[in-house]
Amino acid sequence: MEQTPQLPDQHTPPRPQHDDPGHEIVNREGQIVLPGFKSVDPGHESTEPLKSKTEQSEKQATNNEKRVRALILTGFGINCEEEFAAAYRLVGAEATIVHLNQVLHGHVSIHDYDILNFPGGFSFGDDLGSGVVLANKLRYRRNAEGRTLLDDIREFVARGKFVLGICNGFQVLVKLGLLPDLSGTVTPEVTLTHNASGRYEDRWVKLTVNPRATTPFLKGLTTLEVPVRHGEGRLIIQDEATRAAIEARGLNCLTYADFDGAPTDVYPFNPNGADLNCAGLTDTTGRVFGLMPHPEAFLSLYNHPDWARRKRATPGLSEEGDGVWLFRNIVEHVQAQATAAAAPSVSHEFSS
Amino acid sequence: MESPQRTIQLLLKPGQHDGEGQRVAEAAHRHLGLHTGRVQSTALYTVRYPLTDQQLRDFATHCLQDPVLHEVALDEFRHGAPYQSYILVAKLPGVTDDEGISAQNALGDFLNEPLDTHTQHIFSKRLYFLEEALPESSLRQLAQELLGNKLINRFEVGPIAQIRDYTPRPGGGAESVTETVGLVGLSDEALLKLSKDNLYALNLEEMRAVRDHYTSIREERQAAGLPQDPTDCELEIIAQTWSEHCKHKEFSALIKYKDADTGEEFEVDSLFKTYIKDATAEVDRQLRANGNDWLIKVFSDNAGAVRINPESLFVWKVETHNSPSAIDPYGGAITGILGNNRDPLATGIGGARLLFNTNVLCFGNPEFNGTLLSNQLHPRRIFEGVRKGIEDGGNKSGVPTVNGSIVFDDRYAGKPLVYCGTGAVMPMQLAGLDSWEKNIDPQDRIIMAGGRVGKDGIHGATFSSIELDETSPATAVQIGSPITQKLAMDFLILATRRGLIKCSTDNGAGGLSSSIGELATISCGAVVELEKVPLKYPGLRPWEIFVSESQERFSLAVEPAKLDELLALGREMEVELTDIGYFTSDGYLDVRFAGEPVAHLDMHFLHDGVPRKVLEAEWSKPTAQEPALAAATDYTDALTRLLGSLNICSRESVIRQYDHEVKGRTIIKPLMGATGQAPQDAAVVRFNFESWEGVAVSNGILPRFGDLDAYHMSAGAFDEAVRQIVAVGGKLPNLTYGDGNFWSVNDNFCVPDSVYDPVGNPDGKQKLAKLVRMCQALRDATAAYCIPLTSGKDSMKNDFKADGVKISVPPTVLYSMTAKVEDVRRTITSDFKQADDVVYLLGETYDELGGSEFYQLFGELGANVPQVRFEQAKALYQLVGEANDQNLIQSCHDLSDGGLAVALAEATFGYGFGAEVELPEGLPVHVQLFSESHSRFVATVAPEDVVAFEQHFGGRATLLGRVTQDGQLTVRYGGQPVISASTAALRHEWTNGPVNRIIGFGHHEAAH
Repeated sequence: MEQTPQLPDQHTPPRPQHDDPGHEIVNREGQIVLPGFKSVDPGHESTEPLKSKTEQSEKQATNNEKRVRALILTGFGINCEEEFAAAYRLVGAEATIVHLNQVLHGHVSIHDYDILNFPGGFSFGDDLGSGVVLANKLRYRRNAEGRTLLDDIREFVARGKFVLGICNGFQVLVKLGLLPDLSGTVTPEVTLTHNASGRYEDRWVKLTVNPRATTPFLKGLTTLEVPVRHGEGRLIIQDEATRAAIEARGLNCLTYADFDGAPTDVYPFNPNGADLNCAGLTDTTGRVFGLMPHPEAFLSLYNHPDWARRKRATPGLSEEGDGVWLFRNIVEHVQAQATAAAAPSVSHEFSS
Repeated sequence: MESPQRTIQLLLKPGQHDGEGQRVAEAAHRHLGLHTGRVQSTALYTVRYPLTDQQLRDFATHCLQDPVLHEVALDEFRHGAPYQSYILVAKLPGVTDDEGISAQNALGDFLNEPLDTHTQHIFSKRLYFLEEALPESSLRQLAQELLGNKLINRFEVGPIAQIRDYTPRPGGGAESVTETVGLVGLSDEALLKLSKDNLYALNLEEMRAVRDHYTSIREERQAAGLPQDPTDCELEIIAQTWSEHCKHKEFSALIKYKDADTGEEFEVDSLFKTYIKDATAEVDRQLRANGNDWLIKVFSDNAGAVRINPESLFVWKVETHNSPSAIDPYGGAITGILGNNRDPLATGIGGARLLFNTNVLCFGNPEFNGTLLSNQLHPRRIFEGVRKGIEDGGNKSGVPTVNGSIVFDDRYAGKPLVYCGTGAVMPMQLAGLDSWEKNIDPQDRIIMAGGRVGKDGIHGATFSSIELDETSPATAVQIGSPITQKLAMDFLILATRRGLIKCSTDNGAGGLSSSIGELATISCGAVVELEKVPLKYPGLRPWEIFVSESQERFSLAVEPAKLDELLALGREMEVELTDIGYFTSDGYLDVRFAGEPVAHLDMHFLHDGVPRKVLEAEWSKPTAQEPALAAATDYTDALTRLLGSLNICSRESVIRQYDHEVKGRTIIKPLMGATGQAPQDAAVVRFNFESWEGVAVSNGILPRFGDLDAYHMSAGAFDEAVRQIVAVGGKLPNLTYGDGNFWSVNDNFCVPDSVYDPVGNPDGKQKLAKLVRMCQALRDATAAYCIPLTSGKDSMKNDFKADGVKISVPPTVLYSMTAKVEDVRRTITSDFKQADDVVYLLGETYDELGGSEFYQLFGELGANVPQVRFEQAKALYQLVGEANDQNLIQSCHDLSDGGLAVALAEATFGYGFGAEVELPEGLPVHVQLFSESHSRFVATVAPEDVVAFEQHFGGRATLLGRVTQDGQLTVRYGGQPVISASTAALRHEWTNGPVNRIIGFGHHEAAH
C-alpha cells in the first residue's frame, strides 16, 4: 500500500546545539573539535563526536596564548585553502578556514583576525577573467549594514593588519584594485591576464626578491623556488607612469629569474611573460601582498621535483620547503608587533 | 513580458596581444589550409534582463571590462577596419553556459538584488573577425573544426556587413504528458524495431521478457488503476537499468568456451563472479588469515574502500567515458572526470575528500592524414579536446592530476578510450556512524543536490552500450560544470560531517532513474514526485526528467528530522537542494508527476528480471613468427628513433597543462629531477600534512601484446602496474602478519563487440575468447601477488561504424593500482642521482621481442610475447622492498616500452648524467637492449653499498656499469660500443617527439 510521508518529528529533541560558529574549531592537539565549512586534515579527522559548547570553551580557555590568527577564505571554487592553513599551522599560527558567505553574511568578522588570506583556485571557474567575479562580489555585495567587504578590508589594512593573496587570490586583489593601489583609491592600475604562451602551466620557477621591497612577508629573503600553476598570470601595467611608480617604490617585490638568479623574460623561466618579469606585488604599505606562484605548495622538501637528488647530495638538508619562510616571516612579524604593543618601552618601528 | 535584448561586446584595446585570435589564424592554416589573415577575437554577452542604459553601461564597465585590457561596445558589433568576415559561436538551447551564469551572478552582486535563478538572463558568445573574405563554407568549416562542436554550438558566419546574431531560446515543446507504449501482443520484429527506434538498446530476448512481464501482471495493474501497457517512463527505466552499462550483462553471462587448437571446452559461469569476485574473495581470506583486515568494501557501492589506519579509509575508482568522448571530446572527457569524481564522493554516507586524479587515454594516430568516415573526428582533434577536458575537469575542481598514460594505436581512431581515476580519503566514522555503509529507512526523504535537469545526456547509459554510428544522437552529449560540482562537493563534505546525510549517490548514467533506483533497493521502494525536480528550462517530459543525465547532481537520503538543517546549510553554501520524494518499503518504484502515475515498477522485476545471456567463445592461437632482421643494425639510431616514437616520446606538453600539485601533497610527480624532465613510474601522494603516510598510484596497460596473446597481455599489464609501485618503494601486501599495507586495484575492460553474429560480427567468438583469457590472467595475477580488486568497470561495445566500415578497438584492459606507502620520504625516483653510482639490472631478460616497440620500428609484430613469471617476480619485488628498507637503492626505473635501452636513457634525463654500461654475455645485443620482458628494473647503488646490495640480490642483480658525470650514454657488448650518444641529444629527441609537437610547446607567442 502507498505510504504517506511523515513530517519531521517535532518531539524529537533537536541535535545538540553546539553554538556552531560556522568555522572550524581545532583543539591544541590539532584535532578538529568542530568542523568548519572545510577542515584541513583530510586523512586523520577526529572520530570523536562533536564537543558540546562547555567543553569547547574550556578548551579555548586553556588555549589562550594570543597566537597569531589567520583567516583563510574558501568557497565558490577556491581550492588551495587546506595547504594554506597547513602553512600557518606549521609556523605556529592559528588558521581558520571559512566560507566567503560566512564573512559576507556577517557571521565571521575579519577584524577578529590578524592576517586575511585569499587562496588560489578557480573562483567562479575563472569565467569573465580570473578573480573577476569574486572581486566584483567583494566590491558590490552589501551586508545588512550596507557595507561591502572591500570597505572592511580597507579598514582592516588601515588598522595595520595584513592581506595575502596567492594565485587566484592575487588576481582578486589586483582586480579589486588593492594591488598595487598607488592612488590609494582602490582603482585597478594593473591586470593579470592570459599567459603569453596562451596556456595553463604547472612548473617550478625561481624568484628573486626585490631588495627594495619593504613588506615583512619577504624580510630576509633573496631567492625562492616555488611552483606556478596558472593560465592567467601575466601582469600587464596600464601605462609607463604606473610602471615607473611601481619600480620606484619597489612594489614589484618578486621577479622571475633564470638559472643564475638574473631577472628574465625568457620562457620558461618567466612562465607567463609578465611586465617587469614580475611575479608578485605589494601595496605601498607593504601590508597587502600577492603573488602568482604557490609558496604554500612548497612546505616540505619533498614537494620539490629534485628532492631526491638534493637529499642524496646533501644528507643533512632541511626537510622544510622554501615556502614556509614567507609564512614564518609574517607570523613572527605580527607576534613581534603584539609584543611591542604590550611593552610600550620597545620601539614601534620595524625595519625590514 | 520579456525584456528587450541588449548586447555587451568586449574587445581588446589596440596594442594588446590577441593570443586567441592569433592561435585561431595559425590553427586554420595548419590544420585546414585556410588563410584567414589576421583574426580578432571578441566576447559577447547578450543580456535579457530589464536594465536602464546607465545600468547596462555600468555593469559592462565595472563588472565585465578589464579596464587595462578591454574596450566596451554596447548594442553593436564593433570591429577593426580591415576585417571582412565574421564567425559567431553561440551555444545551442539548454547547453551549460557557465560563463553566462557567472556574468549573471556578477549582475546580481552589482545590483545588490537576487536574480531569479530559474531563468538564464545572460548568454555568453564569442565573435571572431577575419581579415580575408572567405566563403561561407570555409568559415563554417573553421567554426566546426576549431571553434566549437555542432552538437553543442550554433554558428553564424558570413561577410562582415551582414552579422547575424543568435541567442538560444530553450524550452517550449513538450508538456508533462506520459504516454503508454503498446507492447502486449507485439511480434518479434515489432519488438526489435521498438527497441531500436527508442534507443532502448535491448535485444529480442530482453524485449520479450518485458512484454511477458506486462502480460502477466495485467490484472494487477488494472486493479491499481494503471494502464496495461508500460508507460514511456517505465520502458525507459527498464532499458536504462538493464543496459550493459549498468547491469554488465556480458560479464554475467554464461560463456561456452572452446579452444580450437586443443579441443578443450569449458563453461564460464559469469566472468565477473569466476575471475574477479571469487578471486578477490580468496585474496581477502588469505589477508585476513594473516591479520590484514583492511579490505572494507569491494564491488559494491560507487567505489571500493580500504582502511589506511584506524581513522581513515582510502576510496578508489576508475571508469571510462569512451562514447561521449568520441562525439564531443571536450565535453566527454570533462564529464568523465567529474563523473568519476562523484563516485568516491558518493561512496557510503558520502563526503570523501578527493586526493588525486589519474587518467589513461587511448587515441588513434594524431598524425593520421587519410580520409575520415562520416562523423568521425580526427584523432588529433579528439586528443586535443580530451586533453582540454581533463585540464578543466581536474584543475578547476582543485584535484591534482598526479599521473597518467597515453597510448596510440590506429584502432582507437573510431572510439578513443578515456579512463578517469580518482582517489579519495574518508574518515572511518562520520558523526558516529560507519562512513562506508549505506543505510536508508522508509520515510527518509530523497534530496536532489547540485545542478538542474535539462535534456542533456538523455540516453547516455543505453547509448554507451551500443556501437557508435554516424547517426549517434546529439542529446547524448553533456557538458560538465566543474564549478557547480565544486560547490556541491564542499557542501557534501560539511553536511556528512555534521551527520545530516544518511547516504548519498551520484547521478551519472541513467540520472535519477539509476540513482534512486539503486538507493531504493536498500529500503525496498521509493516515491518520486517529478514535478518538484528543478529544471534548467521548461519543456521536458516526465520520462526525460527521470532519465536525464544532466551533470553535477547527487541524490541524498535524509532523515526527515534533519531536513531543515540540511536545507539551511544548502542555502548558506549556495547549493540547490530539492526534496523530490521519499523512500518506502513496499517493493515498488513509484514515480509521479503532479499526482499522476508516471511509472510503477516492481523492484524485483526491475533489478532481477533481465534474462541471462549465453555467449560463445572460441580460441585459436594466432599464427605469428619472429622476423629476420638485418644483422647490422645501428643501435644508437634505433634508440634515438624509439625515444622519438609516438608511444615513448615525452608527454610534457600535456602533463604541464594539468595541475599535478594542488593540495600540496604530491611527492612523486609525473616529471621530476632538476630538469623537470625525468619520467617517473608511479605517482606518490601523501594523505595530509601531519604524517608521512601516503599512497602510490600506477597504471598498467599493454594493448599491443593482445595481438599475440590476450592472456599474456593482461598478465603483463597487471605486472606493469605492480612493478611501477615497487619501483617507487611500495611493498607487496600481506608479507608479514598484520602489516596493514593496503593495495586497492580497479580493473577496466574495454573491448570491441564480442557477441558472435554471423553477419555483423563474424569474429565475435574469437574476441570473446580473448576477453575470457584476459580475465583468466587477472585471476592468476591477483592470486600470485595476493592483491585484491576493489572495483572495476567494463565497456563492451567499443566499435565505430560508418560508411559500411567498422573500426574496433583492440581488446584493452587497464589495471589501476594504489598501494600504501608507509613513509613518503623513503620513496625512490627513477632518475640517476650521483656520478659513480653503480648501475644494475634487476630481474631477467628473455628473448621476448614480440609486440615490442623495437619490432614496431621495423613494422614487425614478432611472436615471442613477454610472459610474467609470477613466482620469480614476486620474490624479486620482496627483495626490492627489503633493499629499500636498508636504503640500498638510489634510483629505480621499471623497464617497459623500449626495454633496457630506453630505461637507461630516461634515467639520465633528470640531471644530465651519463652512464657507462657493459652488457653481459648471453642473449644477442638487440634482445638485451630492447626486449620488453616483464618484472625488471634499472637500479643504481651508492658505491659504498655495493657489497651489501650484491649480497642481498645475489643472482637477481646483474652489474651493468656506472653513472658518469660526462653526459654520455655508452653501452658496450663484448668490449665493443653498441650505443654511444650524448644524453642531452637523446633528451632533445625525446622532448621533441610527436606529442609535444602536436600539442605545441608553451613558448611565449610573439605579438603581430
